Amino acid sequence: MYFAKEVLESSSKMRQRWEDEVKKLVSKWADQKPEAQWSTVSDLPIKRLYTPDDIKDMEFERDISYPGQYPYTRGNQVTGYRGKYWTFRMFSGMGDAATTNARWHMLLKEGQTGLSTAFDFPTLMGYDTDSPKARGECGKCGVAIDTLEDFLVLTKGVPLDKITTSMTINPPATALWAMYCAAAEIQGIPLTKIGGTIQNDMLKEFIAQKTLMCPPEPSVKLISDTVEFGTLHVPRWNTISISGYHIREAGSTAVQELAFTLRDGMEYVEDVLRRKKLDVDTFAPRLSFFFNSHIDFFEEICKMRAARRIWAKAMTERYKSKDERSWWMRFHTQTAGCSLTAQQPYNNVVRTATEALAAVLGGTQSLHTNSLDEVWCLPSDFAVQIALRTQQLIAEETGAANTIDPLAGSYFVEALTNEMEKQAWDYIHKIDDMGGMVAAIEKGFPQLEISDAAYKFQRQIDSAEKIMVGVNKYVSTEKETIPFLEIDDKIETEQIERLQAVRRKRDSKAAMKCLNDLKAACKKGENVMPYCIEAVKALCSVQEICDVYREVYGEYRDPGLY
Amino acid sequence: MAERKLRVMVAKPGLDGHDRGARVLARCFRDAGYEVIYTGCHQTPEQIVSAVVQEDVDLLGLSCLSGAHRYLYPAVTKLLKDKGVDDVTVIGGGIIPEQDFQAMYDAGLKAIFVPGTTLETIVTWINTNVKPRA
Repeated sequence: MYFAKEVLESSSKMRQRWEDEVKKLVSKWADQKPEAQWSTVSDLPIKRLYTPDDIKDMEFERDISYPGQYPYTRGNQVTGYRGKYWTFRMFSGMGDAATTNARWHMLLKEGQTGLSTAFDFPTLMGYDTDSPKARGECGKCGVAIDTLEDFLVLTKGVPLDKITTSMTINPPATALWAMYCAAAEIQGIPLTKIGGTIQNDMLKEFIAQKTLMCPPEPSVKLISDTVEFGTLHVPRWNTISISGYHIREAGSTAVQELAFTLRDGMEYVEDVLRRKKLDVDTFAPRLSFFFNSHIDFFEEICKMRAARRIWAKAMTERYKSKDERSWWMRFHTQTAGCSLTAQQPYNNVVRTATEALAAVLGGTQSLHTNSLDEVWCLPSDFAVQIALRTQQLIAEETGAANTIDPLAGSYFVEALTNEMEKQAWDYIHKIDDMGGMVAAIEKGFPQLEISDAAYKFQRQIDSAEKIMVGVNKYVSTEKETIPFLEIDDKIETEQIERLQAVRRKRDSKAAMKCLNDLKAACKKGENVMPYCIEAVKALCSVQEICDVYREVYGEYRDPGLY
Repeated sequence: MAERKLRVMVAKPGLDGHDRGARVLARCFRDAGYEVIYTGCHQTPEQIVSAVVQEDVDLLGLSCLSGAHRYLYPAVTKLLKDKGVDDVTVIGGGIIPEQDFQAMYDAGLKAIFVPGTTLETIVTWINTNVKPRA
């Protein structure tokens, strides 16, 4: 019991009095918002008041504990943010490699402490810029990378042994990570010294983000290859960032984001264990996570606290992990793009600040803050600077980083953390019963759950049951316009010329040999990473490598569930 | 005899994977009583046009949020014209900056719906402007 019996008894008496007073008052009010509408953005009902009763079944040691101690509800790090702030890591990439490299240097100069790469759609999907499928997309949603030559321009002047870099890359993760390894080699830096993250989480692609290449099973195989290669050769690399961000952006609730992301994580652990080459504690400490921080302040904080607790339990109970480092859920957070509005775009600064504060109070270890213009375009220099300053301001001015997990012990925060954990486990067990996440995806289960939630939310917005300021309430008649960052269409032509020049100058025979070796490795079920590194060094392109995968493993097409 | 149901195709041209809007609209159109065909992501303009012909739809709704609409939407409407399809209404949605509207209308789109549009607005527009073809 968390409270002495007398405390609960007196609380119960006082509660009765309070409830009576509430009833009296409420009965006089004509148009009260209906009870059910006092809920989170994900539609979790919230009570008017939380009291000791709501957390009376908690046990301090079992459920809350201390930072750096099981079950890590209060964070992994013993020193909280006093040892080190979260990493200020702005996701950036646009146009060609040189343009993105310039943005990176600008951000580093402004106090950013880690890099994060956004690739354009052709790169994300494993197509070269000159593929007919890539027409019109070059450099639009991120940077275009076709070969190692582009990659060297991208990382020019970036000390790869000092700065950690995250790359949001999924189907072609092996190819892009191979380029990073090759770039380090060219800078004279051993693989043991480089650090960073590849997103490399295909399950959430099938569920939500839809950058697709091969079917689920071989996709997971490629991921396990990188986990093995990283564990043995690139020990400071996070070979996977198990992501809830995109699940949420696709319209899920907070609980669905929590449950599907963690169940994805379990699926990856199980696949590596099935290969019987690595013990769980050799690779699990390098698994990292990535969450969304949406606009519902407390729901987000509780989600992050619950996430750490679920992971610690899963690692110890399901996978019998013995090393504490495997129990830590380390995660990056990005504020919610889908919470921003095209209308009255300057309001987005306030949304992002609120979401960033929630992420900090939830104990994130790395953070991207969205720019006010991101509903419309990739961020301008002006907008990205405000976004970066937002997190610097939270760190340096607000006092939010002074003490660890300041909301612990709050009746409400603890009760909501418990409730979200419980609902997430219900989903996780349901997916277990389906035979795991790959099986659940094949049934369309997570996809349709998200579609339900997204459709419901849109109807709530349309009926103004849920409010978006500037969209369905406080609407301005005057149009607020902001400057847009335009990606010039001529970048496509220039990028194609660069790619074709590389093809002309490279040793074609050597390149073809590398691709054939990669194909043979795929067919034999060998680890593809060493072959990928050789292939990128021989200037094979992203598409050439991905075409090998598509040929050997088959191509996956979006089934178009809705 | 009752008028047949409106046949509507929601299509995602290009490599963009932002399909939340497309999926929500597909559901909304189903609830509005239309027959709905959703292509899923990553369709080439050629694939979309051949699906339009094969499925004999009355309305084609294109969704793209990556910025590639400037190339992709006109590519779809041009292919439709080339195939002699002139009685399918084409509308578009997504992140379409106002400065691109005219080019989209010139390409043959009949309406453009941007963020903040209610589902009802879109359904009302369709019910007013599109009739099942004879």
